[in-house]
Amino acid sequence: MSFRIPEFGHLIDRKKPVSFSFNGKTVQGFAGDTLASALMATDHRMVGRSFKYHRPRGIVASGGEEPNALMNMGEGGRFEPNQRATTTEVFEGLTARSQNHWPSLNFDIGAINNRLSRFLPAGFYYKTFMKPQWAWKHIFEPIIRNSAGLGQAPSERDADRYEYFYCYTDILIAGGGVAGLEAALEAGRSGAKVLLLEQSPHFGGRFMVDDVMVDGRDGPAHIAHLLAEISTMPNVTLRNRTQGAGVFDHGYALGYERLTDHAPASTPRHRLWRIRAKRIITATGALERTLNFAGNDLPGVMLAGAVRDYVRLYGVAPGARTVVVTNNDDAYRTALTLHAAGLEIPAIIDARPQGGGALAEQARALGIRIETGHAIAKVTGKKHVTGVEICLQSGTGGAVETIPCDCVAMSGGFSPVVHLWSHCGGKLNWDAANAMFSPDPSRPPTDQNGEGFVLTAGTAFGALTTQACLQSATLAARQAAKEVGRSLKAETAPREVQSPDESAMAPIWSMPANAPYKLRAKTFLDFQNDVKVSDVQLAAREGFESVEHTKRYTTLGMATDQGKLSNINGLAVLAGALNAEIPDVGTTTFRPPYTPISLGAIAGEASGPLFKPTRKTAIDGWHESHGAIFEPVADWRRAYAYIQDGETTQDAITREILATRGSVGLFDASTLGKIIVKGPDAGKFLDLLYTNMMSTLKVGKCRYGLMCNENGFLMDDGVVARLDDETFLCHTTTGGSDRIYAHMEEWLQTEWWDLKAFTANITEQFTQIVVAGPNARKVLEALGGLDVSREALPFMGFVEGTLGGLQARIFRISFSGELSYEVAVPASQGLLLWNLLLQAGADYGIAPYGTEALHVMRGEKGFVVVGDESDGTVTPHDLGMSWAVSKKKEDFIGKRGMQRSFLVAEGRKQLVGLRTLSDTEKLPESAHAVEDGKAIGHVTSTYFSPTLGHPIAMALIHGGRDRMGDVLSFPVGGKVHKARVVDPVFYDKKGAQQDV
Amino acid sequence: MSDLMSFSEIDGSGAVLIAAQRRVAMVTLKTDLSNKITRAAIKKLLGTTVPAQRKIANGVAWMAPDELLIMVPEGSTPEAQIEQLNANIKAPMLAVDVSDARAVFTLKGNNAREVLAKGAPIDLSADAFAQGDFRRTRLGQVAVAFWMEADDEITLICFASLRQFMFDWLVNAAQKGSLPAYLNR
Repeated sequence: MSFRIPEFGHLIDRKKPVSFSFNGKTVQGFAGDTLASALMATDHRMVGRSFKYHRPRGIVASGGEEPNALMNMGEGGRFEPNQRATTTEVFEGLTARSQNHWPSLNFDIGAINNRLSRFLPAGFYYKTFMKPQWAWKHIFEPIIRNSAGLGQAPSERDADRYEYFYCYTDILIAGGGVAGLEAALEAGRSGAKVLLLEQSPHFGGRFMVDDVMVDGRDGPAHIAHLLAEISTMPNVTLRNRTQGAGVFDHGYALGYERLTDHAPASTPRHRLWRIRAKRIITATGALERTLNFAGNDLPGVMLAGAVRDYVRLYGVAPGARTVVVTNNDDAYRTALTLHAAGLEIPAIIDARPQGGGALAEQARALGIRIETGHAIAKVTGKKHVTGVEICLQSGTGGAVETIPCDCVAMSGGFSPVVHLWSHCGGKLNWDAANAMFSPDPSRPPTDQNGEGFVLTAGTAFGALTTQACLQSATLAARQAAKEVGRSLKAETAPREVQSPDESAMAPIWSMPANAPYKLRAKTFLDFQNDVKVSDVQLAAREGFESVEHTKRYTTLGMATDQGKLSNINGLAVLAGALNAEIPDVGTTTFRPPYTPISLGAIAGEASGPLFKPTRKTAIDGWHESHGAIFEPVADWRRAYAYIQDGETTQDAITREILATRGSVGLFDASTLGKIIVKGPDAGKFLDLLYTNMMSTLKVGKCRYGLMCNENGFLMDDGVVARLDDETFLCHTTTGGSDRIYAHMEEWLQTEWWDLKAFTANITEQFTQIVVAGPNARKVLEALGGLDVSREALPFMGFVEGTLGGLQARIFRISFSGELSYEVAVPASQGLLLWNLLLQAGADYGIAPYGTEALHVMRGEKGFVVVGDESDGTVTPHDLGMSWAVSKKKEDFIGKRGMQRSFLVAEGRKQLVGLRTLSDTEKLPESAHAVEDGKAIGHVTSTYFSPTLGHPIAMALIHGGRDRMGDVLSFPVGGKVHKARVVDPVFYDKKGAQQDV
Repeated sequence: MSDLMSFSEIDGSGAVLIAAQRRVAMVTLKTDLSNKITRAAIKKLLGTTVPAQRKIANGVAWMAPDELLIMVPEGSTPEAQIEQLNANIKAPMLAVDVSDARAVFTLKGNNAREVLAKGAPIDLSADAFAQGDFRRTRLGQVAVAFWMEADDEITLICFASLRQFMFDWLVNAAQKGSLPAYLNR
């Protein structure tokens, strides 16, 4: 059993009880508890079921490396699966449920997998479910998907807020243990700006539980001393509950701050720190490794360091009788702690024949039984530990004795947390003496200057002894300070450290050394993904020799803990199976983030109404209050149609079109891009940009132009107006305004820098309103102030002046095929003009129309829309617009591209019109024409034309222009639509309507 | 800070006062700013030397190596400014009214830096950004420029079509209890 003890527990406040819910039952802990410590204090030893075999699992660790104690946390909009109990602080009202079992944690149907485990070896999924083929889709995949994953997926929208914070610092330190704090203090002395991040709520790390003396102070006192000194430094910032989560190029690092996970509030839950640091010091500590013996995954088997944490920090005994098993001296500290707490230690099993050093002597002096050269053959118990069978380490597991116990504290040595060092390319050395990979300071990740920008300190550097740990921190801090340009004062005197001498650890990768298959098949490496020693050995036998392949084949290290406990053990087992050295097998790749971070933090504030910027025109409010439904066009929202009472959307579109063609319509075209190009070389510049000639355009006139990319494919179109000799106004598509402006600037800045021309994107300076229809002129005349007669303002001309009292520029251009004016006024006058036009047009039944009416009308006219009729592989020639491609010009962007053989070849897709054989059946969007079993083209636009009373469509068809009159088939969803190839211009071919 | 009448929308619920200004007259000038004659003409006309990279002085802001943003002084108009620029700068140039293309915001309070640091990937600490500095950057997903009007006041501009989005963004970022207290320790 596990229980609360009266001794120790300096992180908890026994006067402040906290209630929370676990699997529906109320559980009591204390303020300062983690969910793990509170569960353990109340004898909840089994906290989940494993992923594959549904084996009972308990708490193993006390930090972010925990593989087992994952919870479905919270409820409703605050539900989140796979949350580690070890890093969750309890608060009043917390709710947690254990995962991966049905119907209950205690009785789980899925546990049958455990009995079948010999049929579910590594690569099981790759070897099974092959036949029959249909069964994969209909049987196997649904079942596997249903059982996959540990926690449940949230079903509600996230109720919390998140945000980013951009921050710059000279030196970033990841880790607030003694090494990080010593480094912060030393770097702080140099005057450099220092930011230190600590993932847990508390500073001090292992120093809070390891009995060491520094400068005459014990561990906690020394940490308090460091914090006090640092607090006087305005240039040093410490942030707790903030993890250094990732290191990226150019000194960029991510910090993951958990603001309200321990105390829910309406303020942001997580904050993602996006940090630029000149130098980064990783002081991320080391992780204890598990030992590989049979049954090492049973609840009650824990890391020795974690056992010590629970006793010292939270006043919790993980067991009443704890067997310690180790290959190093550190685990003896746990035995001494347990002894000090008055708990039983039936034996310390030390795999090393010679045993430990000074700490072992202390233990022996206290009368604790120590068995050197021994191992655990297997752990007994079903749902938790009831005892261990011990054997000789050198043997095959023949048990010499069974020791009853309810907890096993294991220590397989330490692995420096090299993740942050490695994220951006820092290299590792194999330290054979300590059997671990540690950072190689001569091969750090390098920055934009080719200099190393990450340093490491403390146990993260591989400095396992206290003396070396403190020294490395000071050295790293001094080096970092120097490299960020700070002058350093005299040497800081080294700390005086008193800690017991430790004997060398022994690399033990199998317990006992020659464990038979039966034991290895119950010896777990990766607890979260249920990968056993036998699985890795099988993978090696089957030829998966690369560590990356073995990882993927066995799923070793692929769970949410990313193999923090299993990594080195797995490598060692693989190396053993391959008869290779561990460093030759190498590690898998360390990728950020260090532990999973919330998707909310990654999204930041960009959710709900702030998800994406929405651009609105000056008339947007009017649209909204007059029944408009909107559609997104680039970042703009545009009125799609204005729905009146009792209308369907189609009714509204039909009404808008008929009103415009019959009398007059009004359209907000403000979103079209407007770019001024000015300078002596402006005409020359535009001749290079557009496929047709622009320099010959006369002042006061407009010309429609096409722009291609270098491949000769259409990228934008629009009307160009020449304002004066040196000045052109280029209209772009709505989606093209930013892109085309950037395109122009790029060519001006990088290729044609000698051209004397300047550009300005003035898209938003103007509101532009289309007045179209046979009565358009009468409406403008009613406003008065400008002569808009056919003579004064002919088709494709423009005039400037005062219209209805507003300074305006009026273009005679038409995208509807009607008599049409586009009136531009400064945007601050836009709504006023709109209202004036509505008033002036009231007698003519003026109708605002939306983008869909616009599209139908241009479809009737056979005008193309970039992005509908073109898709990045279409040339102006394909669209039948050769008239807009100059043959005279020496050069323009896309000229060479268009001349390539396959762009001039016969049989390219060409734009045609389509007339359905039925007058009621519209062709489906994007339908493909099929002939002799081959797709020969597709529909690009399809509408019902209220003007003509039948459906119309445009399509790109292979050799289409030579197929006029042919009837094509468009099979869609079991039905074949038939349509005749016709000219794409359905309405007013001569253009008489627009030129009146 | 201008008087209250010059704002169209104000939010004082957060850690910083957020105010959307009414129309602010401004002109974009594009020309070769390294041209000595042009620089002299600009100085004569605007009463200030061409600001250095990422600087603003007397309402004239550096936007790019060939671009200035000129706040039209009270008593003048964009049209008048443009006319004068056209008349006095002999080298190829482009001057254009952008008053209606921009939304302008005032952020008032000591925490303005931290509000912006939630969205702008630049160094907003006092030693890196102070009065006289000008930044063209982004705030969240929106292209913006801003500068310090006073020690506790920042002016920010973006495109007019994003006025409401930007206002909502700023109000959200300025919510009480949500500042990291890093820049203003």
